[in-house]
Amino acid sequence: MKRLVLAAALVGLATVPWWVRGTFYVNIASQVLLYAIFALGVNVLAGYAGLVSLGHAGLFGIAAYAGAKMLAGGAGHLAANVAALAATVLAAGVFAVLALRGTGLGFVMITVALGQIVWGVAYRWISLTNGDNGISITGRPSPFGLSLASPRSFYWATLAVFLATVLSMAIFVASPFGASVRGTRDQPRRMNALGYHVWMIRFLAFLFSGFWSGVAGLLYLYYNQFVSPQAVALTASAEVLLMVIAGGTGTLVGPVVGAALVVVIKNVASAYIERWNFVLGAIFVIIMVFMPEGLVPGLGRLTRRLRVGARPPAPVAVTANGEEVPP
Amino acid sequence: MSALAVRGLEKRFGGLRVTAAVDLSVEPGERRLIIGPNGAGKTTLFNLITGELSPNGGTITLFDTDITHVPSRRRAHLGIGRTYQIITLFPRDTLLRNVTLSLLALTRLRWNPFVRLEAQTALTERARVVLSRVGLDRLADRPLAETSYGERRRVEIALALAQSPRVLLLDEPFAGLSIEERRDVRALVAGIPRDVTIVMIEHDMDTALDFAERISVLHLGAVVMEGTRAEVVAHPRAREIYLGE
Repeated sequence: MKRLVLAAALVGLATVPWWVRGTFYVNIASQVLLYAIFALGVNVLAGYAGLVSLGHAGLFGIAAYAGAKMLAGGAGHLAANVAALAATVLAAGVFAVLALRGTGLGFVMITVALGQIVWGVAYRWISLTNGDNGISITGRPSPFGLSLASPRSFYWATLAVFLATVLSMAIFVASPFGASVRGTRDQPRRMNALGYHVWMIRFLAFLFSGFWSGVAGLLYLYYNQFVSPQAVALTASAEVLLMVIAGGTGTLVGPVVGAALVVVIKNVASAYIERWNFVLGAIFVIIMVFMPEGLVPGLGRLTRRLRVGARPPAPVAVTANGEEVPP
Repeated sequence: MSALAVRGLEKRFGGLRVTAAVDLSVEPGERRLIIGPNGAGKTTLFNLITGELSPNGGTITLFDTDITHVPSRRRAHLGIGRTYQIITLFPRDTLLRNVTLSLLALTRLRWNPFVRLEAQTALTERARVVLSRVGLDRLADRPLAETSYGERRRVEIALALAQSPRVLLLDEPFAGLSIEERRDVRALVAGIPRDVTIVMIEHDMDTALDFAERISVLHLGAVVMEGTRAEVVAHPRAREIYLGE
């Protein structure tokens, strides 16, 4: 059944350019996928490691700006992408070393500060970033001779990267290292006492998260063929975090659903409703009130409740001899 | 050679001296009970031994190896296992996953992001064996959140035993348990082989005195007396401190 749903989802995603009308909606589908990649990257920290970052737009932007600078300077697409991702992972390392000095609210505030530094550089260091005017690039790459210039081909390229992201996340989550990351979220003290290097686990999770945020940043650059300080603003970090929280932290599907929700409301509802931010805010409030764990786990819970009823199974105590006794 | 030796161990929180020159020597295989009134510094002593707190003075040796400045996480690899007074487990995971995490901690596999943890059957089988040692193999696949308090106490001990510690620190393992659960946990602790040295903090004297070979009485951060069960029970100072007589 699971495989059938997965196959149907894959077919559905691959055929989007044929069953949506016009390039506008194909572009929105591309946006959904690139923000889903970003949200999945943030979810590594917020969902699996329990570290809420409000500075990931900085990493997203570093990749976009580094790629744009390299391409504007005449570098090839491959070299620009590799250099941009290397710069992003390096920056993620610096972010992690500084942010992991704090926990909880301290961690959040350090990531806010780091994100704001990146925004400040993008906005004010005009000789480097062209300030508010941003940096434009000309043309998208043509990997293996396939041009990504059209909305359809760009969608499929984004879909391929998205599937690679989901696959890497699925492998990561099911791995011993993924279990270690989740352990540091639930019981860092116990993990340390068991012999785990909690700081190093969180550091590596931060790098992994930063890498995929950088990949999303590059896709954003190619999608818009332009990057400006708006991409690295605090609101961008907050928005992607809301995607993760609304969809469901610590799940594979949740951030994707959250990204789809936000992108669709932003692009579609804004065409009909002037105050679309109000609609988005109201939807978030409703989700948090009725499904505080997020849409995907919340809907799963409601479905289970409908299937088996609300009554939990009666607990059974087992003695040291293995005999079951009533509690 | 002592399994665990503490010399002149001191810990201050600002102006408050929680442990003051604590001396303790536990022989290999010994069952040592540490008693004392609330605030005597018992759990702080455990936290110093496991490295969760850094001492302001003194030394800690494990089988004659100085571990005073060894990072906390390394001490598990050197053979120190512990349980917590307040249950500290992984509530979202099954009992099997809880124990698997404990086993995984001492292997290099814990860094591997490419293989499936579920596919590590040797690790899972070992986890099942550990759970059967504590009588919980039937509940292996049950989420921890759906187990009773007494079962969680046993999972705490299972996590420590999974790592085959040389020295096991049990911090009030009978706290909050019913009479039946105490009986089960007491049988479990009694069944731990002699190659594991056990140091236990416990307030339930009826249960703990049966277990102890030697008892250290801690008061105001210092060991005020040490001896066999009979010696401590008969000692007027111990009775005064602990029983208020």
